[in-house]
Amino acid sequence: MDDDPQLFDYMLRLADNGIVLAQRLGEWVGKGPALEEDIALTNVGLDLLGQGRMWLAYAREIEARYAPPGRGEDALAFLRDGGEFRNLLLVEQPNGNYADTMARQFLFDQWHLMLLGALAGSKDARIAAIAAKAAKEVRYHLERSADWMIRLGDGTELSHRRAQDAVDALWVYTGEMFSVDAIERGLVAAGVAADAASLRDPWRSAVAAVFDEASLAMPGDGWMQGASGRGGKQGIHTEHLGHMLAEMQIVARSHPGARW
Amino acid sequence: MVSAAAIWKALSAVVDPEIPSVSIVELGIVRSVERSGDQWLVSITPTYSGCPATRVIESDIRDALAQIGGPDIRVVTQLAPPWTTDWIAPEARRKLRETGIAPPQPRGPGPAATIDVVRMRRPDDGPAACPRCGSQHTVMVARFGSTACKAQYRCTECLEPFDYFKPY
Repeated sequence: MDDDPQLFDYMLRLADNGIVLAQRLGEWVGKGPALEEDIALTNVGLDLLGQGRMWLAYAREIEARYAPPGRGEDALAFLRDGGEFRNLLLVEQPNGNYADTMARQFLFDQWHLMLLGALAGSKDARIAAIAAKAAKEVRYHLERSADWMIRLGDGTELSHRRAQDAVDALWVYTGEMFSVDAIERGLVAAGVAADAASLRDPWRSAVAAVFDEASLAMPGDGWMQGASGRGGKQGIHTEHLGHMLAEMQIVARSHPGARW
Repeated sequence: MVSAAAIWKALSAVVDPEIPSVSIVELGIVRSVERSGDQWLVSITPTYSGCPATRVIESDIRDALAQIGGPDIRVVTQLAPPWTTDWIAPEARRKLRETGIAPPQPRGPGPAATIDVVRMRRPDDGPAACPRCGSQHTVMVARFGSTACKAQYRCTECLEPFDYFKPY
């Protein structure tokens, strides 16, 4: 198809959100505040990694169509540099304290579920199938992260302060989720991609409803990082991604061609 | 030549690596067995996207079919419609209960992408009863249990913890 390079890029955007956030959640292994939380974080990460792989497998097939033979799934995950990653800036932000991790998760989950809901109606049958499947898992992620926002925001003075600080600090990265660049515009017109801009209002009301329950204040909308077409989706990242990738990719890069 | 019925029978002996009391046919993982030219196409559907058992299941399928003469097969992954716990057979639900896992409540056809985030606690979503003593008084301990597909519950009557196979 004529728009294969754009579709490949769009698949990387979806895949990289899953892969990068899964890696971040994996950093909690063995360090969760309680055993149940440790297990929950890594299970959410596992779902996201599985979804990331489904998007990446499709990306690989698309690349092989227009630039044969294309790269393998492992090469796409482990041999791309930071500038070639297409994830949102939000998901690469460091884990911080537990409120930081859960606020990042909640802001993303709420958007992710709405995005997948829209993608389930994609004219591309493969995209629709992956989205419909992933949405089942993300719904559960959202229940959990929204629950945590309420628990922390409506908890002790300390947990409330940390939850509010986390939301305030991450807010600057939320605008990018609703930005639409030329690549997405073309795919939206073709009925393949989801129109991210249309998710903004429903996302805001859903987030506001949880914040209300959690006694958290909605941050004001100021400057939004990456929202003007120069952000994670275009490969321009915060400094955190490179450090994270160094750890994620070192084994594959130190042992080229190794099989496991 | 091996028949479709013989293949289904062999597949019924392949168990889920993480829940060995039930077979992949009973769990609804095997979607179809069809003839395509000289080959048999065995369609399977993944349960959870990141389920580490998926690869093992595929190789277990090959091993099981090797035992009935090794028909030429291709294992195809089918994503749509997505797997649901509603496909778990009644017999498998009984076996789950017997091994101490509360079977999933019906998920139904509800749209997965809409959610009322504030009133999202769905009381009807929990287990019907404790798999050990049958009491209906249970509480959730954690949203995730020993595997991605289970949650951790506790019975408030017999006080035993147990796994709940979550509706998916």
